[in-house]
Amino acid sequence: MTPLASCLLVAALLFSIGLAGALTRRNAILVLIGIELMLNAANLNLIAFWRYGPHPELLTGMMFAIFSIAIAAAEAAVGLGLVIQIHRHAHTTDLDAMNRMKG
Amino acid sequence: MSFVFYVLAALTLAGALAAMLLKNTVHCALALTVAFAGLALLFLNLDAQFAGFAQILVYIGAVAILVVFAILLTRGSETPRDGVYSRNWFAGLVIAAGVFAALSWAVLQSVRVLSNETAEPTVTAMQIGNALVGRYVLPVEIVALLLTAATIGAVIVAMHEKEDPK
Repeated sequence: MTPLASCLLVAALLFSIGLAGALTRRNAILVLIGIELMLNAANLNLIAFWRYGPHPELLTGMMFAIFSIAIAAAEAAVGLGLVIQIHRHAHTTDLDAMNRMKG
Repeated sequence: MSFVFYVLAALTLAGALAAMLLKNTVHCALALTVAFAGLALLFLNLDAQFAGFAQILVYIGAVAILVVFAILLTRGSETPRDGVYSRNWFAGLVIAAGVFAALSWAVLQSVRVLSNETAEPTVTAMQIGNALVGRYVLPVEIVALLLTAATIGAVIVAMHEKEDPK
């Protein structure tokens, strides 16, 4: 197994764990955590391709990962703000109980 | 691949699994922090020092704290009586297993054509800084705008509105 392939497999496993969590948990915050794990798996792929790619001195993959981290931080802030507001409105963070768009 | 890589990968995956499997939401947040720390160490192991420290600062320093605050503000640490998994958990598990099978099949099929430079890249913080204000100056400005908008938006969304008198 080459180093790049093992990095990609670890990232694939991390992505699948995040996806499984996002699809199976009831708590909205844990669904957001699953999405964060998926984003992190993508970052690991970017870094691995940068490290084992032909031109690491161009910094392309590293920059992509850094911008991706910044976007993920913005996503987490907005997502958790939404969860707090939904909890204030519906008094629950259980996604199975929130099956209507009408308040 | 070195022994260190496998230890760090196991730490990251164990943290992620614990974050998705534990019943108490606060424990999930702590396991998530372990997974983020493992990922940061993996980045450092892959010679991406800047990305590794950015990961520590942003994820462990900010996102994990935000998650803990959100859990405490929504009283999410109370374990619900009717289980922590949604009704159609089996379908979600099948979808995730299918995605993993497809991804790992693709990786294992393309092992031979994947590039595999082993030369260690030497990247200094100065190079990254020059790239950020040179070639990537427009993305940096856009990210700055996006972060400002997201911060203001998050505050407005989570702001407590006064109940209108009825």
